[in-house]
Amino acid sequence: MRELWNVSSSPHVRAWDGTRNLMLDVVLALMPAAAFGIYRFGIYSLCVLVTAVGFALLTEYTYEACVGKESTLWDGSALVTGLLLGMNLPPFVPLWIPMLGSIFAILAVKQLFGGIGQNVVNPAMAARCFLLISFADQMNRYSGADGMSGATPLEILKNGGTADTAAMFTGFTTGSIGEISTLALLAGGIYLLVKRVIDWVIPIVYLGTFALFIVLFGGRGADPGYLAAQLCGGGLMIGAWFMATDYTTSPVTEKGRVLYALFLGILTGIFRLWGASAGGVSYAIVTADLLVPLIEKITIPKPFGWEGQKDG
Amino acid sequence: MNSYLERLYNGIVKENPTFILMLGMCPTLAVTTSAFNGLGMGLSTMAVLVVSNLIISALRNLIPDKVRIPAYIVIVASLVTVVQLLIQAYIPSLYDALGIYIPLIVVNCIILGRAEAYASKNPPLLAGFDGIGMGLGFSIALTCMGFFRELIGAGTVFSGTPFAYSLPEIYEPVSIFVLAPGAFLVLAFIIAFLNAMNIENNGRKKVEGCGGACGSCGKAENCDKRRKL
Repeated sequence: MRELWNVSSSPHVRAWDGTRNLMLDVVLALMPAAAFGIYRFGIYSLCVLVTAVGFALLTEYTYEACVGKESTLWDGSALVTGLLLGMNLPPFVPLWIPMLGSIFAILAVKQLFGGIGQNVVNPAMAARCFLLISFADQMNRYSGADGMSGATPLEILKNGGTADTAAMFTGFTTGSIGEISTLALLAGGIYLLVKRVIDWVIPIVYLGTFALFIVLFGGRGADPGYLAAQLCGGGLMIGAWFMATDYTTSPVTEKGRVLYALFLGILTGIFRLWGASAGGVSYAIVTADLLVPLIEKITIPKPFGWEGQKDG
Repeated sequence: MNSYLERLYNGIVKENPTFILMLGMCPTLAVTTSAFNGLGMGLSTMAVLVVSNLIISALRNLIPDKVRIPAYIVIVASLVTVVQLLIQAYIPSLYDALGIYIPLIVVNCIILGRAEAYASKNPPLLAGFDGIGMGLGFSIALTCMGFFRELIGAGTVFSGTPFAYSLPEIYEPVSIFVLAPGAFLVLAFIIAFLNAMNIENNGRKKVEGCGGACGSCGKAENCDKRRKL
């Protein structure tokens, strides 16, 4: 058979995109922000990231080995989940927090729903909400041994103060390990856009809706400093570029994506302005993820000629 | 006697109201923040259930079909009031902890469900045993949920009772488990575990039907019960 010409129908040109390549691109795009976080907060934050990634991989491998499923350890999805979770944690958390978070993310949110492609909400975000609700004390402690200021820029803003927007853009501020540098996250996001790993619709509509919401209801009008601080602060950038664009939990159609991003922008605005905590991106993403099945239902494209038929 | 025992087995295991029938989800999710609350809720529901089953079964030929639901509600509501006043008088701490969920026993679907599905068609004694079985099943389920939620979420078990036990100081309570999301998590994990056990048992039975000797069976190639290697 080898000597025969291989006759096959189209398509003849195939892309090499697989889950693994896409996930590696995401990891690569996250690297600048992660590296900056480690540079800013020191070697301990690297331990947090390593623990989160390690336990995500370990949980994935152990569960799949226990139930006899084909291992998806090498497709990189657990790696991305662990990395995203780690980057969304405060830099000085005790190490059992990323451990527990990763186990929850992979076991309860991803594998028990059927593994990759089957999870209802973003595992990293769900795990962060889980940790945030359970360990409010540890999860809101942003100050470290070296006397770094405790309050995050968003908390300062919420209490009526002003934040140093330039520092927030470059990342010389306080916050979670991977969310502080807007610049590094934007670089990663643009890399993903250029590589066509993600689509521009969700991040742009999300950020736009959120900005509009803040202008309308933020109480400070179109104050550019306040607006910029809200956009650069907290988990908004990492959420918009890396989490909201998750293939599994975002809608399929473009119309659906616009709707999803609108929801995200409004929910984030509501949680940030009127919620109990200063940040709200993780809750917004988890809530909007739960709405995705409904969004898909109303945005499903109609086949050609469907209009003429009367549906009983 | 056998059919009475069968009622108990049915209520506790085969048709467990919480884990199998999925009835009475409102108290199940809301009051199981501790093992003691779960047990208290389960036992008060059981008291109402046994007596209401007895009364409804005794009156089953007198209650007109068209107004049976209002009639059941009146009977159940009177019993719930009795239970509520008793709890308020003798276990005020439980009364405070359960709050609105005691009067809400009136609309617990387990009670109306058993009245409609069993008590209205069977003699009083059987109906009473059905109530005991279902009530025990409910109590065990709620105590079980409360046990896990309190243990993980607060690091204690049966706190405030003589049987109180608490985990060592070093344990950091995962407080989400005593909050609303924890109820869903624990319920889902328990049901998943029971279903997994169930599937495993049923799977084994299927193989036993033909001895499970697939290696020497000529039809193994086309058999959908073939043991996966």
